[in-house]
Amino acid sequence: MHVPTSPAFKQNARQALADAGLQKALARSGTSFIARRAAAVAALPEFEQLRDVARDIKNHTLAHLDFYLEEYESKLKAAGGILHWCATADEARGAVLEICRNASAKTVTKGKSMISEELAINDHLERHGIQPFETDLGEYILQLRHELPSHIIAPAFHLNREDWEAQFRASHTDLPPDRVFHERRDILTEARTRLRQKFLTADVGITGANFLIAETGSSVIVTNEGNGDLTQTLPRVHIVLASIEKMVPTIEDCTSLLRVLARSATGQDFSVYTTFSTGARRPGDLDGPDAYHVVLVDNGRSAMLGTEFQDMLRCIRCAACMNHCPVYGAVGGHAYGWVYPGPMGSVLTPALIGVDQAALLPNASTFCGKCESVCPVKIPLPGLMRHWREREFERHLTPVTQRRNLALWAWLARRPGLYRAVTRAAAVGLGVIGRRRGRFARLPLAGDWTAGRDLPAPEGDTFFARYARAQRRARAQ
Amino acid sequence: MSREAILSSIRRGLRRGPLPEDIAAALRARLAAHPRHLIPARSRLPAAEQVALFIANAEKEFGTVTHVPDSDAVPGAVADYLAAQNLPGEFIMAPHPELRTINWSARPLLRIREGRAAASDTVSLQHAFAGIAETGTLMLPSAPERPTTLNLLPDTEIVLLHAGRIVGAYEEAWDMLRAETAGMPRNLMLVTGPSRSADIEQALELGAHGPRQLHVIIVADGGPPTE
Repeated sequence: MHVPTSPAFKQNARQALADAGLQKALARSGTSFIARRAAAVAALPEFEQLRDVARDIKNHTLAHLDFYLEEYESKLKAAGGILHWCATADEARGAVLEICRNASAKTVTKGKSMISEELAINDHLERHGIQPFETDLGEYILQLRHELPSHIIAPAFHLNREDWEAQFRASHTDLPPDRVFHERRDILTEARTRLRQKFLTADVGITGANFLIAETGSSVIVTNEGNGDLTQTLPRVHIVLASIEKMVPTIEDCTSLLRVLARSATGQDFSVYTTFSTGARRPGDLDGPDAYHVVLVDNGRSAMLGTEFQDMLRCIRCAACMNHCPVYGAVGGHAYGWVYPGPMGSVLTPALIGVDQAALLPNASTFCGKCESVCPVKIPLPGLMRHWREREFERHLTPVTQRRNLALWAWLARRPGLYRAVTRAAAVGLGVIGRRRGRFARLPLAGDWTAGRDLPAPEGDTFFARYARAQRRARAQ
Repeated sequence: MSREAILSSIRRGLRRGPLPEDIAAALRARLAAHPRHLIPARSRLPAAEQVALFIANAEKEFGTVTHVPDSDAVPGAVADYLAAQNLPGEFIMAPHPELRTINWSARPLLRIREGRAAASDTVSLQHAFAGIAETGTLMLPSAPERPTTLNLLPDTEIVLLHAGRIVGAYEEAWDMLRAETAGMPRNLMLVTGPSRSADIEQALELGAHGPRQLHVIIVADGGPPTE
């Protein structure tokens, strides 16, 4: 497993803010996903209703997950597929390695898959003498750079064009020095040429799955490049890595989720390739793999059922939440320190690697609520982050000063008369002191706040007082 | 065993044992009936407008489309397209009965090979099972007569689609598939435009790992009612 740097979120964030290249990438790409999603949503009047449909399908499936997994298993077997149930990441890594060894595999091509990042499957294969090749364009350069993805659908979100050129010149040592990379197209062509040979010679292809379908025993991948399809069509063996919550009952259920997936993710109406795989090569088929394996991974997900975090299992990994998140937009994905960044990561990561490791992530939110408002399956992300904060408080993971201040505030808030008197004194006092400049550049006890911005001075009154005045005025009219 | 561990952990979370038989029967009935959900109004159109919607959406996604009146006009349409693209008159063709019965001798200069695609093939001719107007999407289920590699390896994929096989929503194409094939094929691709990537600076570039060009030839006659 990748060693999480999530406990160092604050340092990570500080470094990210000072990283000129990252800030350039974030500034350039920050709004493009938002605009594209907005256009796709505006073009489909039923989109909001479809979000409800998507949420209900996922809720129905999760409530009967055991049943649908067993149905899926029997359909998959009937189609000639082999299912490997893996409770832990270790078991899943072991299952993949064993399949590769049984196929005498030397090289493996890989489609983009977040669960494979979670399992750190590349490291595991390499340690055992099998060479994996990432074939998604973004994942390909990250493998060359030994980096994790910084975004779940745009893995190289943090890179600029000059980074691509520099990495290709460093890694593709046979490149003639006069080879130009003026255009993005030049970069794409170079990667296409290099990877074509890998596709043709790989012994095993590993893909993820966006959905598993109980009705037919199918796995579904959604891509734009076509690399996932080459990965699962050309090698002798196809391995699908999928976590248990990818399950949906029928093709129609899957179709309804697909209608919201691409629109929420890239702002496309539909991805270029949506591919349904069901078993291995059939009699008479001229192509396709001889063997089809599905490695079904739990790795902490079943333990989320029946808890306040069950809703998180609806996630279809579209990345709309991080695309719209002001925190992600400021620090990028690597600061979160593990596989899943942004709001969905701030909820999922504590569940998968432990809240003690990821305690800071649910706090890295302004609770602006934008993530929940764009989520295609309506996961109440800020509410779930609040649950993690409560758990942290219960488990004494919250820092001592913060606990003490919270306790003081709680004591005060339970005494309304005193609370009003204290807040009134503070509002009036600060209002008088700050009247001239209208804001404070420095303030005792609020150093952390004023280090990054000014605190506006109160206008000399409290909300309670204003509200009471407005009520009196309304009654008088 | 992990299978039992996962299933019992799920049931523990859901605070119940295995589902009672009446509920399991209801779920099996739901699987058998595979009910449709909300279908967007955009594709609820008369047949002729479905074709227009398919073309508009396919072109929006950077596909190209030509019309021919009947199968006899297909060799000319293929030859003209290849010439216009400055491509040699050579392609790998899906061994589909309908493509095989086309009178290719009308264009004797076309060099045609049948089978699966190899790395050296630059152009393929594929046969579409259906077109979906909602997003300009082609449905390409694998079969001995419809190899998957034709959709992936060549730089240019040409697809023959009968106008009568264009439906509005995905759900209608699924119903056609259920009616005409014995269960789910090994591989089924829904293809919407040529391959692309936005991984470099989140800007769209066409021509990633799959075909750089996707050209659809729509044959106006109804075509065979079923596969």
